[in-house]
Amino acid sequence: MIGNLPYVAVVIFIGLGIYTLMFKKNLIKIAIGVVLIENGVNLFLITLGYRKGAIAPIYTQAPSGQAMVLPTPQALTLTSIVIGIATTALILSVAMMIYKHYGTLDTDEVRRLKG
Amino acid sequence: MKKIIFGIAFLIFFSFLIVSAINMRTFGEPAYSEMDDYFIENAQSETGANNVVTSVVFDYRGFDTLGEATVLFTAVVGVIALFRGVKK
Amino acid sequence: MKEMSRIVKTVTNFVYGFIIIFGFYIIAHGHLTPGGGFQGGAVVGSAFALLLVSYGSLNSQKFLKKDILSLFEGFGLILFIVLGFSGLGITFFYNFLANSGGWFGNAAVIGVNPGNMNTGGVIPLMNIAVGLEVLSAFGVIVLTMASAAEFTKKKEKS
Repeated sequence: MIGNLPYVAVVIFIGLGIYTLMFKKNLIKIAIGVVLIENGVNLFLITLGYRKGAIAPIYTQAPSGQAMVLPTPQALTLTSIVIGIATTALILSVAMMIYKHYGTLDTDEVRRLKG
Repeated sequence: MKKIIFGIAFLIFFSFLIVSAINMRTFGEPAYSEMDDYFIENAQSETGANNVVTSVVFDYRGFDTLGEATVLFTAVVGVIALFRGVKK
Repeated sequence: MKEMSRIVKTVTNFVYGFIIIFGFYIIAHGHLTPGGGFQGGAVVGSAFALLLVSYGSLNSQKFLKKDILSLFEGFGLILFIVLGFSGLGITFFYNFLANSGGWFGNAAVIGVNPGNMNTGGVIPLMNIAVGLEVLSAFGVIVLTMASAAEFTKKKEKS
């Protein structure tokens, strides 16, 4: 149980994100929920690649003879973070345009059609 | 009423997530690591870079990085096109 | 976005050059130390955001030009694609400069070593290309959203 605490942290991140997506009506809060789920998935990838007592996989002036952490999940997380930033910028831009057109951020009031 | 049903569904889902997190393999001991051991062993002789993560990003999985750069470019184009009609 | 007080502007004048140089250091040493194109580009983009917040969006358009940044972004992406296609004699994204003896072509010492700048083949060039693209993308996103927020606030008041 106590050894699996990082997985529990991942689950709490993703659960809080899904709770925000299900119960909140504000568009900014929905964006915060999406970012929470993203951070949970990134933490999950990093957690899967960890090796106990190992160092980062970089040979420049490293202590010799140590085991190294798996490099592939870190590379995938690196690309995932930048994609997350790009999609977050796009989500916030669309929220700004919705606020400019409708004057509100509540998703229940945005439903009405307006030119 | 709708909120209560959603809350019950969310609680069931969250408890399943917690149980699966506790039952996962122990933290810190990867099950399969043959590919990553190959990268750690051979990255210096094959690509000449000391940083194994950078050699995975730009050499072994360069096509992935190309798609990622394209996604970033598309997001910037989308933001600019969304605010195109907005004049100060 | 209005400009902030004189204390903030003075500290910004001290700090932003160091932040930009640290970002370019991370980009250039991406194949030796922790870092690379994405991380260094994000650091330089945070320097742009600092300038924008402290000087306000109207004043900062005098020294942060959106057109030049978008030009850099296209240049970075095209450089990356050209570097990917140049290894096409063998495979796509083949590292054709590694261990060749030319540019960035020295063979690395196997095992723990203090690091040699002239290794890595095509990886440092790709770091520079991706770093240019990421820093200009962040700059363009921040500048565009700041000017659009100005417009939204003005319409709300009227």
